[in-house]
Amino acid sequence: MTDLGQKKLPLEDLHQAAGARFGPFAGWSMPLQYPAGVMKEHLHTREHAGLFDISHMKLFAVSGPGAAALLSKACPLDAEALAERQSKYTFFLTETAGIVDDLIVTRLGPTRFMVVANAGNAAEDEAHLKALAENFDCKVTPLDRVFLAIQGPDAEAILTSAGVDGSHLAFMTGFEPRENWFMSRSGYTGEDGFEIGLPEADARELVARLLADERLTWIGLAARDSLRLEAGLCLHGQDITKDTDPVAAGLLWAIPKHLRTDGTFVGAAGLHKNIALGAGEKRVGLKPDGKQPVRAGAQLTDEKGAAVGRVTSGGFGPSAGHPVAMGYVAAPLAKLGTRIFADVRGAKVPVDIHPLPFTPHRYRKG
Amino acid sequence: MPQIFYTEDHEWIRVEGDTATVGITNYAQEQLGDLVFVELPEAGKKMKKGDVAVVVESVKAASDVYAPVDGEIVDANGALSSEPALVNSSPAGDGWLWKMKLADKGQLEGLMDEAAYKKHIG
Repeated sequence: MTDLGQKKLPLEDLHQAAGARFGPFAGWSMPLQYPAGVMKEHLHTREHAGLFDISHMKLFAVSGPGAAALLSKACPLDAEALAERQSKYTFFLTETAGIVDDLIVTRLGPTRFMVVANAGNAAEDEAHLKALAENFDCKVTPLDRVFLAIQGPDAEAILTSAGVDGSHLAFMTGFEPRENWFMSRSGYTGEDGFEIGLPEADARELVARLLADERLTWIGLAARDSLRLEAGLCLHGQDITKDTDPVAAGLLWAIPKHLRTDGTFVGAAGLHKNIALGAGEKRVGLKPDGKQPVRAGAQLTDEKGAAVGRVTSGGFGPSAGHPVAMGYVAAPLAKLGTRIFADVRGAKVPVDIHPLPFTPHRYRKG
Repeated sequence: MPQIFYTEDHEWIRVEGDTATVGITNYAQEQLGDLVFVELPEAGKKMKKGDVAVVVESVKAASDVYAPVDGEIVDANGALSSEPALVNSSPAGDGWLWKMKLADKGQLEGLMDEAAYKKHIG
C-alpha cells in the first residue's frame, strides 16, 4: 500500500481503517481519498465540515529574544508588529524574490512564534531558518506533531462539542490551548476552519471524539486540492515556485506596504526590483468554456496560436460545477474576461480569465 | 449470444458479429472516481490496438482508454457528453464508451474471459 522511502503519517492506521486510498505527495504516503470519493468529500466539506490529516506539513517553534528579528530577516514580514495570537501568511524568498515556500507565522508570545511550512520544503525551510538563526539570539525547533485541519461551516460547533473551544478565535489567529498544542483559525479550503498541531496520543483521542460527530468525516488530499483551487489558493511547487515571485503571483497583499520598497529581509533587493519593473506575467483564474477540464502543464495561447502562458493548477470544481484552473499569462492578457486558449492534447479549449476565488471565501473575520 | 472479453487495462469488449462495444470495468471506474468529462472519438476513425480511443477525466486527473484491438469507430456514447457519471453508475451498461468494427477478430484470442479477469484484479 505504501512505497518504501515514503514517510508514513503517524495516524496512517486510522486512514487505513477508514478505507483510504494512498498516494505519494511531497515524500509522504498520503490518503488521497476515502470510499465516498473526491466529489462527495469536497461537497461535504463546504456543506458541513471535513477532517484533514495534514501532518506532512511542518511546525517550527522559533523562540528567544531575537525571534521576531530572525523572522523579519527570513521573511518579508514585520514580525515585531504582529500582535500576540496574530497569524500572517508570508514567504521565504530567494535573493531574486523567487518563492522558496509559503508559510504561516503566528505570534504566541513576546519572544515566541510558530511557523507552519509545506511538506515538500520542510528540510530546505529548516536549513534556511537555522542558518539565519546563528546571527540572532533565538532557536528554531522543529516539532513532532500530528497536524489536523477541521474545515467547513460546522467546524466551530463540532470542535466545541468535542471539548475544544475555538469560538473566540477570529480567522488568522492562533494560540496554545494546552501544553504542546497549537491551534489556529485558518485553513486552505476557503471555508472557516481550524488547524490543530498536537502530540500523537492527544490526536488519537481528539480524532475519536471528533469523528463521533456525524457532521464530520475524513477528507483526502484530492479534495483538499480541489477545495483550495476553487478558493484560488496557491499550491507551492505548482502555482508558486522559486521561478515565480510575489509580484507575478499577485501575492503582494501578504507583504506589508513599507517592506515593498524598503527592508533588509532575504530577497528584498529582488522584490523591490520586480515591483519597480512590474510583472511581465500575472497569475490569473481560468475558466474553461464547456465541461472539459484543463490541467496543470497545459500551454496557453492567444487566438493566433502564440504562446501567452501556462496552466499551473486545473481540474473540476465540484462546488463551482464547472472546470476551474489557474495559471500565468502575459500581463496585457490578464484582464478579466479575456478569452485565450489552452492546448489540451492538441485541441484548443477556450478559456476565459476569471476572478479568483471561484467559490467565495467564508472565513470568520474577527 | 455476445461474447465478453477483458483487457489488463480494465476494459470490457462485448462482441456481436464483427462489431464490439467497449467500456471500462467496475474496478476501473472505482479507481478513477467520479468522472466529470469523457472525450469521445468520432465515427470513422481507424484505431490500432493500443491507440488512445477515449480520455476519461475525473476531478483530479485525465486517463487514457486504449483501443483493445484494431478497428474502425462506428459509434460513441453521446449520452456521456451531458452525463459522464453514467460510467460510474453503470460501467457495463449505459456507461459504454464506443462501438467499433473489428479489423481482425483473431486479436480477441489474446484477451481474458470473465474468470481470468476476476483473477487478474484479485
